[in-house]
Amino acid sequence: MVNVVLAGVGGQGAVLTARILAETALSAGYDVKTSEVHGMAQRGGSVVSMVRWGEKVYSPLIPVGGADYFLAFELLESLRRLEYLSDEGTAIVNEYRLDPLPVLRGDAQYPEDALNSIRAYVAHLVELDARRMAAEAGNPRALGSVMLGVLSVFLDFPTDAWEQAINRFVPAKAREVNLKAFALGRESGAASV
Amino acid sequence: MSGNEAVALGAYRAGVRVAAAYPGTPSTEILEEISTYPDIYCEWSPNEKVAMEVGIGAALGGARSLVAMKHVGLNVAADPWMTLPYIGVNAGIVVVVADDPGMHSSQNEQDSRYYARMAKVPLLEPADSQEAYEMVGLAFELSERHDTPVLLRIETRISHSRSVVEHDEKRGQVDLPYEKDAVKRVMIPGHARLRHPVVVSRLEELEKEAEALPLNREELLSPQVGIVTSGVSYQYAREAFPDASILKLAFVYPLPQMLIREFASRFHRVYVVEELEPYLEEGLKALGLDVLGKARIPRDGELDPNLVGERLGELIEMDTGVKGGGWTPPHIRPGLPDKTVLPARPPVMCPGCPHRGLFYALSKAGAVASGDIGCYTLSVLPPLEGLDCQVCMGAGVSMALGLERAFSTSQVNADKAGKSVGILGDSTFIHAGITGLIDMVYNQTAATIIILDNRTTAMTGFQDHPGTGITLMGKETHALDLEGLCNAVGVDSVRVIDPWDLEESEKVIREEVGSDHTSVIISRRACVLLERGPRDLLYRVDEEECTGCGRCLKLGCPAVVMRGEKAMIDEDQCVGCSLCEQVCKPGAILEVDASG
Repeated sequence: MVNVVLAGVGGQGAVLTARILAETALSAGYDVKTSEVHGMAQRGGSVVSMVRWGEKVYSPLIPVGGADYFLAFELLESLRRLEYLSDEGTAIVNEYRLDPLPVLRGDAQYPEDALNSIRAYVAHLVELDARRMAAEAGNPRALGSVMLGVLSVFLDFPTDAWEQAINRFVPAKAREVNLKAFALGRESGAASV
Repeated sequence: MSGNEAVALGAYRAGVRVAAAYPGTPSTEILEEISTYPDIYCEWSPNEKVAMEVGIGAALGGARSLVAMKHVGLNVAADPWMTLPYIGVNAGIVVVVADDPGMHSSQNEQDSRYYARMAKVPLLEPADSQEAYEMVGLAFELSERHDTPVLLRIETRISHSRSVVEHDEKRGQVDLPYEKDAVKRVMIPGHARLRHPVVVSRLEELEKEAEALPLNREELLSPQVGIVTSGVSYQYAREAFPDASILKLAFVYPLPQMLIREFASRFHRVYVVEELEPYLEEGLKALGLDVLGKARIPRDGELDPNLVGERLGELIEMDTGVKGGGWTPPHIRPGLPDKTVLPARPPVMCPGCPHRGLFYALSKAGAVASGDIGCYTLSVLPPLEGLDCQVCMGAGVSMALGLERAFSTSQVNADKAGKSVGILGDSTFIHAGITGLIDMVYNQTAATIIILDNRTTAMTGFQDHPGTGITLMGKETHALDLEGLCNAVGVDSVRVIDPWDLEESEKVIREEVGSDHTSVIISRRACVLLERGPRDLLYRVDEEECTGCGRCLKLGCPAVVMRGEKAMIDEDQCVGCSLCEQVCKPGAILEVDASG
């Protein structure tokens, strides 16, 4: 069974990204389960999505220490959910900082050394500026597709399965940008392996 | 597909012709999905009680009907719910209730399974999307076979988990003749006395169904370890203890007693894995079985495979000698950074949210604010801290009345007399606020109601409601006139403000809060996620002029950041609402023409 945890901030697109990933795994004939968060948790809060596939999947939730791949859309959220990563798992981390309200107000400190803490802990780490790469592709909001592009290097799904899943879930006007973002992510992922 | 989508497909498949709901996480997408199928009349009802009554009428009229709600919605609909089993159905009715263990988006985590027991209604609990799809069809068959409503209980991790569903899309056809039967359907006491024994004896027949249902499944593996579970908890138990024998229940009220006894007889003791209340555990204990459940499994929050393994593994080892109970703990790399020191990231009102201006303006009024259920509840967090209390939908209005009565008859709180403010959204006002407002006027209350009219049901994902002029089926319709409605119930002072205009908002609030009559302020501006701000007009900070006073931070806008001693506006997030410009004393926040 393969387990992927996606951590980010509500509004960054983790739910859609998880859906594209699940569709790709489904097209390969696996049993797939996902878990996502709706409602209040989406209003800029801390969010986690999960995708699991294999011959037979039971729990929709991935246990702590169970993620083979960990896609973090933001540094603080990466630290917060790092516990999901298995000891030999791979973390794909977007080097992006988005201050939560307590930090904006000066009531709390953003962990300045977040990236170093992640580097010190994770056995297999891919760091990237997914937001910049998505902007390069045409829209910084396509960062989820960049992250999937990197992840795709580690999985053996054919490229056209990924592209079909993107086409299925991304609105028509954003498809081209997302396909490009995916390709940029895949390139960068290939270079990191 | 998600569990919610699977329920919708099951409804289509079962030939449902009428479906009704009020939106509520995690149940909302059931009706949204149903609205995509042809030949089903579906509606957003003003509230869950109305939705259920629409469903009852449809079922009596010969059409299969499905009603969906979140757990607290079933409280609203509890009145028809308790008598519906007496009158029975004609075509079937299935009520889908979605519980929210862990309270991802809810004010409590009640266990709705007790509603089945209380009303003596059969209860089905699917464990994934496939079962959700299948059980809808099964529920309608049960409903018609036994002349009873059926409760289908799902949870967040069913509603919002996606799993594979094998299905066909053949549409069933159910169209039953209507025949008057007032003795059965008009519950005057004399009739109800005849019907209650029918409801009671129906349970015996239902129990026979439960005994025979293949979805109540024994998975006999380990001869030593036996677990009883249902719903999504089954998935956690199965994953934590891959070798355990499991009795996976799907029909959980009434319980299949013989099946349970037979399963339990194979073990010295059985373990019950369930989220929230000890519902199954109590049922098993009532059979005199040696059961262990909530002594180890938490009664609050969500479960997951680790939690189940951790809480039961050692105990099962002690009981049975099976190493770790059969649970393998995860391998977590040493040196995990401490997450308890990290700053929290609470959900926030969006940049440009119309609620922000209103709560900022209200903060000057010295009001005691009773809130309600919606995005605006987030105003309770710093820096706005705009709410004093909140319970459920509509309570914002009625609690304000009660608070005012307490203050106006008090010595110690006399300074708060007339300062009670009830705050709720447009959709929420229609859901359950109107009756409170009628009460306020009727009983001559000096309090203020603020309706945050953002033209949608925002928190659950922008559903229409009677005030928007659009139906769930996408038709244009009469849009409820809030001002006219408030006038009609007797509120003379109905003021409409634009919450992006702080000066005017503060002025109107000052005039109405503390006045000697019931007043309504309608704070009207569309949700910023529906209608973006000007976009070509953003704001930035002139660093020369910024004194670092931090007034702009008091708005709690995620687009306004303190960088060192100076404020900064994140242009990616700014939508041009201008609130920060309005509050900036030194005039350091300037318009930027972003059109080019």
